[in-house]
Amino acid sequence: MAKTIHDTPMLDELEKGPWPSFISGFKRLRDEHPDERINAMAGDLLGQLEHSYETRKGYWKGGTVSVFGYGGGIIPRFSEVAAAFPESKEFHTLRVQPPAGNFYTTDMLNQLADSWEKHGSGLVTFHGQTGNIMFIGTTTENTQHFFDEINEYGWDLGGAGPCVRTAMSCVGAARCEQSCANENAIQRHLVNTFTDDVHRPALPYKFKFKVSGCPNDCVNSIERSDFAVIGTWADDMKVNQDAVKEFIEKKGRSYVIDNVITRCPTNAISLKDDDTIEVDNPNCVRCMHCLNVMPKALGPGDDKGVTVLIGGKRTLKIGDLMGTFIVPFMRLNTAEDYERIVEIASESIDFFAENALEHERTGEMIERIGLVNFLEGIGIDVDPNMVNSPRQSSYVRMDGWDEEAEKWFQRKLEEKAAG
Amino acid sequence: MSEMRHPIESGCPDGFQYMHPVMRRNYGLWEYHEHPRPGVLRHVARSGDEIWTVKAGTQRILDLYSLRKLTEIGDKLGDGYVRFTLRSNIEYMVEDEAKVQPIIDALEEAGFVVGGTANSISTLSHTQGWLHCDIPGTDASGVVKAMMDELIDEFKSHNMPNRVHITTSCCQINCGGQGDIAINVQHTKPPKINHDLVANVCERPSVVARCPVAAIRPAMVNGKPSLEVDEKKCICCGACFPPCPPMQINDAEHSKLAIWVGGNHSNARSKPSFQKLVAAGVPNNPPRWPEATAIVKQILAAYKDDAKDWERINDWIDRIGWPRFFEKTGLPFTKFHIDNWRGARNSLNASTHIRF
Ligand code: SF4
Ligand code: SF4
Repeated sequence: MAKTIHDTPMLDELEKGPWPSFISGFKRLRDEHPDERINAMAGDLLGQLEHSYETRKGYWKGGTVSVFGYGGGIIPRFSEVAAAFPESKEFHTLRVQPPAGNFYTTDMLNQLADSWEKHGSGLVTFHGQTGNIMFIGTTTENTQHFFDEINEYGWDLGGAGPCVRTAMSCVGAARCEQSCANENAIQRHLVNTFTDDVHRPALPYKFKFKVSGCPNDCVNSIERSDFAVIGTWADDMKVNQDAVKEFIEKKGRSYVIDNVITRCPTNAISLKDDDTIEVDNPNCVRCMHCLNVMPKALGPGDDKGVTVLIGGKRTLKIGDLMGTFIVPFMRLNTAEDYERIVEIASESIDFFAENALEHERTGEMIERIGLVNFLEGIGIDVDPNMVNSPRQSSYVRMDGWDEEAEKWFQRKLEEKAAG
Repeated sequence: MSEMRHPIESGCPDGFQYMHPVMRRNYGLWEYHEHPRPGVLRHVARSGDEIWTVKAGTQRILDLYSLRKLTEIGDKLGDGYVRFTLRSNIEYMVEDEAKVQPIIDALEEAGFVVGGTANSISTLSHTQGWLHCDIPGTDASGVVKAMMDELIDEFKSHNMPNRVHITTSCCQINCGGQGDIAINVQHTKPPKINHDLVANVCERPSVVARCPVAAIRPAMVNGKPSLEVDEKKCICCGACFPPCPPMQINDAEHSKLAIWVGGNHSNARSKPSFQKLVAAGVPNNPPRWPEATAIVKQILAAYKDDAKDWERINDWIDRIGWPRFFEKTGLPFTKFHIDNWRGARNSLNASTHIRF
């Protein structure tokens, strides 16, 4: 295990400047770490990366590596230039599921660092774009050893490949006054129901859950997840008129007019002559803007619940898609409520598994078959909240109109009876 | 061979066990928050309890020394509780305000950068790049380092009209996601095919199916089964490269960078929006990508100068219109800015709404 110090004139440029340098970190592993295995790995990794910088090409290829009992969770990387950089020729990443909300004690981070020091390269990222802890760089053999060790004290692999992926939630109720949900419970109820689908890739393509506590959507769930759960509220926004007055005294009336009143997308908020605020609650769309500007004065109501959107994804293959609204509002107060949201997720994944083409995401499948077919497949009724506007084209068959209208009236009666 | 160990399928761990006791106690019961200074948050619960947060930017790809430095600061000076944000900033939560300044001092002393709160430019979120991806057209960590070196003052202050999220992606799949500004690889030439390898390495029907414009067809080349690309149809997206590495899309000269603006995940004010193309043909120029950084700074300067309080970049452009955006940033508007992908008509102006 000989360490080689490659010349890295291009990477050295990234040691200059005030932002912390990852290259300096790699070099410390190469030059200062007591373990020769880590020195050698870091040395050749730097060499290969410099080679990439010089030739503007990547030199990793995939392959098949997994731990015993699982089919996914590892990103295998084998070097295509292993002859020149042999010590980092196997450089796999383990994707490990973080706790909901990304909380850690420093003790736990130290324990993970100790395990990784024994078995890995010493490089780690909190977190990758899907949300996993990325333990970057180890051999095929050590992949198993590292996993065995951390799995004993509470850590499990995330998803990789066509499977349910690691989920993510915002800091939410733990620290944020805007939160309308128990993100920790929602994330764990959802993703831990599908642990088998996380570890054994058997879906047409990936399926991601993300949970945001409010419509600020700090985890980008609408844009980046197949199943987005977002907290919201059904009753009136809370207004603390004393705090409103305090805010106006500090910032001035025109600041409030220019930055709060006129920015409401549905003109649902007005400032009165006595410096109080009045909210037209039935027309507030819970966009969060005014609450963000005046967090002390304005807050979400008490009747909290979640909205579910389905089908967000990135560019491949038909272009970027946002999630589409499928559940306007559901409360998550009881065990049965949680069973219901898990059931909606199960139905969605089952439908996806049966109907999507290979390598097609949920959003693309819905684009291909139409939202109504999807809704019928998972047993969810249509709702005018699902559209920006009704259909604009008359080219559609509408025999069966009367039955559909009757369903709507029937549902309205039932809702009324349920109070 | 010895018996293999069976995994414990524990899944996603419970966050409560790692949460600061004040946060556990006040879960769902927070009242408001303030920004006492850049990099510091003060959250107040209905009970009157407070939690202070110190936020810092790191190199994201952490070596053990940097990670242990971060935990040591939390052990010695904090309460031992941390979390990481979506943009890989670390946050230290403490109960006592008196611990805030010592943590800031220790972080800065160790070379980390305190900031990233409220109306700052937060750390670029990035993907894996040459360090670890199997299909990258550029690096990710290096781009972030080079850009954050230039944007560090805006990370450490609250001087932007609203928060700014910048992302990078090292291929056109765009794992970096949507950002107020996104710097993404954009290929400009069709894949170069190594016909000797295709038959062995690629599952040909699934490669054919992967192409968004149906430009690939099976063919016999030099007597071997291979694939052929209709180069007139090909949009150089690179989607065929991951399932078929012999269809090399990355090119030292012709893989460029494109810059996009106005992606916004939040529902605040307007509905969430996708980013839009503003610049392309930007050289992929390691180790410091000066051309891309210059354009990003040009856009940020125009935004900072002209946007109103609380306008994200997309809100600002909605108000001033695209013609003025191009005027103020000095970027060229070309035929490539006019979309022709599915749904493109929705992006055309079917009105007489024009600003003079
Ligand atoms: S999504 Fe809402 S609840 Fe969650 S952290 Fe952001 S503002 Fe707070
Ligand atoms: S680069 Fe894209 S468009 Fe061109 S052949 Fe490959 S998949 Fe098709």
